[in-house]
Amino acid sequence: MSRGFRTLSFQGAALVGSVLMMSTLSVMTKAAPAPAAAAVRIDNFTFRDPVVTVRTGTTVTWTNGDDIPHTIVSKDGVFKSKVLDTGDHFSFTFAKTGQFGYFCSLHPHMTGTIIVKA
Amino acid sequence: MFGQGDDSRRDFLKCMAWAGTGALFAFNGGVGSSIGLDSALAEPLRRTAVRPFTFVQLSDSHIGFNKPPNADARATFREAVAKVKALAVQPDFIIHTGDVSQLSRDDEFDDADQILKEAGLPVFFIPGEHDMLDPDGGKAFLNRFGKGSKGAGWYSFDHRGVHFVALVNVADLKPGGMGNLGAEQLKWLAADLAGRPASTPIVVFAHIPLWTVYEEWGWGTDDSAEALKLLARFGSVTVLNGHIHQITQKVEGCVSFHTARSTAFPQPAPGTAPSPGPLKVPPEQLRSMLGITDAMFVRGSDRIALIDSTLSA
Repeated sequence: MSRGFRTLSFQGAALVGSVLMMSTLSVMTKAAPAPAAAAVRIDNFTFRDPVVTVRTGTTVTWTNGDDIPHTIVSKDGVFKSKVLDTGDHFSFTFAKTGQFGYFCSLHPHMTGTIIVKA
Repeated sequence: MFGQGDDSRRDFLKCMAWAGTGALFAFNGGVGSSIGLDSALAEPLRRTAVRPFTFVQLSDSHIGFNKPPNADARATFREAVAKVKALAVQPDFIIHTGDVSQLSRDDEFDDADQILKEAGLPVFFIPGEHDMLDPDGGKAFLNRFGKGSKGAGWYSFDHRGVHFVALVNVADLKPGGMGNLGAEQLKWLAADLAGRPASTPIVVFAHIPLWTVYEEWGWGTDDSAEALKLLARFGSVTVLNGHIHQITQKVEGCVSFHTARSTAFPQPAPGTAPSPGPLKVPPEQLRSMLGITDAMFVRGSDRIALIDSTLSA
């Protein structure tokens, strides 16, 4: 009898525990929002949105819509893509706040800025 | 090669035969002037320290480009080289004014090299911005085509009394800017030109135009004025560029500027399209917008003639 009770209480505890765990998990999932993302398209030798403001942790993805290759190069050496041919893309996640100017190293008249806020 | 007297005139005429609707401009005695073909031909060839010769400029072959309006930039480049090979008067050499490749890939450089070999002539290269795209920022190009050059690929050489200067204005470009030569190269240029007599004919070649064709599209070189200052004392300066895939020309004092057609695809005239991207002309029109430039030293003193011809001519 006592043995059966122990078994039952163990099972109960395990059940309560797993329910707790599950609710904790769901709280954790709610607490961490989906990673933020922003997109910048390149068309006609211009960055379609030359100034984009995002929060820290945002991943910005540039996509080349031109027939001619371009690059994404930070003015301060923070990030640098390899060459992007038509349809290629490059992503960078901004962990810190600040203003990040960038340009195309092939066509340096193409410039843009990502503003990152907390 | 050109001799003196009637034979050379005949050679010259033969050479003109392929020119079609070629444009010609020339300068004489250090003063730039546009002249017609007839008056150029009427000019008697005089004995000179500079022996007459020709060379050909090829530009913007973009080997690897395969989108409208040209599905195969290799094929049109091969046609351009065949055109050089067919010239009645064979040039002494070829200069390639950059954008040899589309993406600086080894196979693109390989194919360009192989196709150029079909001409059987020496080739002098300078890089365009498309040739700087390997992870090492131009090493792949320099290892293959820039042996013996300095810095990002600049150098000079003399040929039959003419001083040739190859400049690089596609390295280390600055945000918001256009083409750029940089302080190190300008210092080298000053030393290279120092001590040369002002009567030495000079040919300068670089990828991006050394004068501002259209700033909004970056068609110019930020510090070209400093280079031109160093060239100002010379009586005959010819500047040959590519990059903009169309012919433009300008004469300023003793300096004559000229841009060549591409062998891959045309680009729009400045400001006539939303962007400088490839001009998507119909297939039957493409070859009339691609071409080569033949440079002829046919003058008595300081006469240089540039003749552009298309792949369809």
